[in-house]
Amino acid sequence: MQKLQTLVVDDEPGMRLGIRKVLSKYTLKLPDVDEEIGFEVDLAESGEEAIEKIGANRPDVLLLDYKLPSMSGLEVLEKVRAEDSEMVIIMITAYASLDTAVSAIKRGAFDFLAKPFEPAELKKTVSKAVQNLILARQVRKLEREKHQVRFQFISVLGHELKSPLNAIEGYLNIMHDRIAGDDLGSYDQMIRRSQVRIQGMRKMIADLLDLTRIESGQKKRELSEQNVFTIAKTALETVQPSADEKGITVNLNAHDPIMMNCDSGEIEIVLNNLLSNGVKYNRENGKVDLVIKKNKNLVTFSATDTGIGMTKEECDRLFGEFVRIKNAKTRNILGSGLGLSIVKKIAAMYSGSVSVTSTPDIGSTFTVTLQSDLPIS
Amino acid sequence: MTKAATKKTILLVDDDIDFLIQTEAVLQKDGFQVIRAESQKEAEELLQNIKPDLAILDLMMENFDGGFALAYHVKKSNPGVPVIICSAVTSETGMQFDASTEEERSWIKADLFIPKPIRHEQLLREIHKLLKD
Repeated sequence: MQKLQTLVVDDEPGMRLGIRKVLSKYTLKLPDVDEEIGFEVDLAESGEEAIEKIGANRPDVLLLDYKLPSMSGLEVLEKVRAEDSEMVIIMITAYASLDTAVSAIKRGAFDFLAKPFEPAELKKTVSKAVQNLILARQVRKLEREKHQVRFQFISVLGHELKSPLNAIEGYLNIMHDRIAGDDLGSYDQMIRRSQVRIQGMRKMIADLLDLTRIESGQKKRELSEQNVFTIAKTALETVQPSADEKGITVNLNAHDPIMMNCDSGEIEIVLNNLLSNGVKYNRENGKVDLVIKKNKNLVTFSATDTGIGMTKEECDRLFGEFVRIKNAKTRNILGSGLGLSIVKKIAAMYSGSVSVTSTPDIGSTFTVTLQSDLPIS
Repeated sequence: MTKAATKKTILLVDDDIDFLIQTEAVLQKDGFQVIRAESQKEAEELLQNIKPDLAILDLMMENFDGGFALAYHVKKSNPGVPVIICSAVTSETGMQFDASTEEERSWIKADLFIPKPIRHEQLLREIHKLLKD
C-alpha cells in the first residue's frame, strides 16, 4: 500500500484529531492504479507550524484551514507554492465566499471542504483530490520518459552522423598531406570509401526524414483502394540493380490484383525495406521471395531470403531504432539502422504487425501483416 | 625511409575498415610494415604465424571484449611486444579505461589505452616511445 503523507492544519484540536481519525483508517482504491492508497497523518495548529513542517518534509496532501489565528490559510498557500503533481491542497473553511475561493484556487488550492462536514464528505473530497494528484504524477512521469527516449534518439543519431564524417575527414586529411606519396591506387581506394560513407549518410538522412514525417503525422496520408500487386512490381524494379550486383533472384509470388485501402507510398516504403534487406543480407547468387496473400481483411507480405540469418537473440533486438546486428557477416553491409523501425511504425498505422523468423546461415523471413479495410480518405 | 629488411611490423586489428585504411597509410608513411586484420578471429589466426613488433587493437569487435582477449593472447606468447588498445568506447559509453593504475594493469594486458578518435601524430609518438626508438 502506498501511504500519502498528509498534513492537517487547523487551530481547533477537535477538527485536527477528527480528520486524522477518519483518514488514518481510510484506504482508497484507484481504478487506474493497481494500488491501494492510505494516509499517514501529521498535524499542525498554526500557519507558522505548517510552513515549518512543509519546509522540512513536503506532504502529498495538505488540508488547510482558511481561518488560522495569526496567519491565514491564504498566506500559508502563498508561502508553500506547490506544483500540481507535488502536493494537492484542500481548503477547510466555514464561510466560503466566491472571493476567498478564487484567491485560494489562484494560489494552488484544488478543492474546498465546508465546515462542518461529515466523515463521508471528507473522504469524498480527499478521494477526488488524490485521484487528481496521482494522475498528475503519472502524466509527469510519462513526459519525463518521453523526453528521455527523445534524448537517447538524438544522442545516437548524433553519433551515427558523426562517424561517417570522421571517416571522410580522415581520408581528406590523408590525401591532403599526400600520406601515401605517389601511390595513386591507395588514393582511389580512399575516394571510393568516402563515396560509400557519403551514400550511407544520405540514406540515413532520407530514412530519418521518412521516420519524422510518419511520426509527426505531417506526411499526408492518401488512403485509397490500390492494387498492392502493382506496388510490389515497382518495389521489385527498385531493388533489381542491387540484386543484380550480387546475382540474386527476386521473385514475386502473388495474385494480380490484390486490392487494399492504403497509401501507396507507405506500402512502397515497407516493400522497399523488406526487399532491400533481403538482398543486402543475402549471399551471392541467393534469392528473395516476396509472397503476398489476402485473407479476409488482412494482407500479409512475407519476404524470405537465403541469407546470413540471425540468432534468436539478434531477432529480439532487431526492431529498435538504429539497431544494426553487428557481426563478422554484416560488417561490410551498409545500413542506417532505421529501416525496420520505419516498417514497424507504418504497420502500426494499419493496425498491423511485423514479425521475423530466422535461422543463422539459412535465411530469414520477415512478415508484415496489414489491415486492408481502413476507411479511405 | 628504413630499408625493407629492418622495417618493424605492426599488427593492426579493427572491424572499422576506414580506420584500418587510414591508420595503415599513416604507419606505412612512417616506415612500418602493417599487417591488417578485420576481426578478433582473423587476428588470432594470423598470430599463429607472425610475430609483430607491436599491436594496435580495437576493443569491441565481434565480441565486446575482443581487444582485451587479443591483448592477453599477444602478451602470452610474446610478453615483450607492446600492445595499444584503441577504442571509441569512452566517447560512446563514457566508460573510462586506462592502463595506468596498478589495478587496471592487473587485468588489462595492454601498455596503453588511446581513445578514438585518435590523432595520428599522437599515435606515432606513442608507438616510438613503446618501441624505444
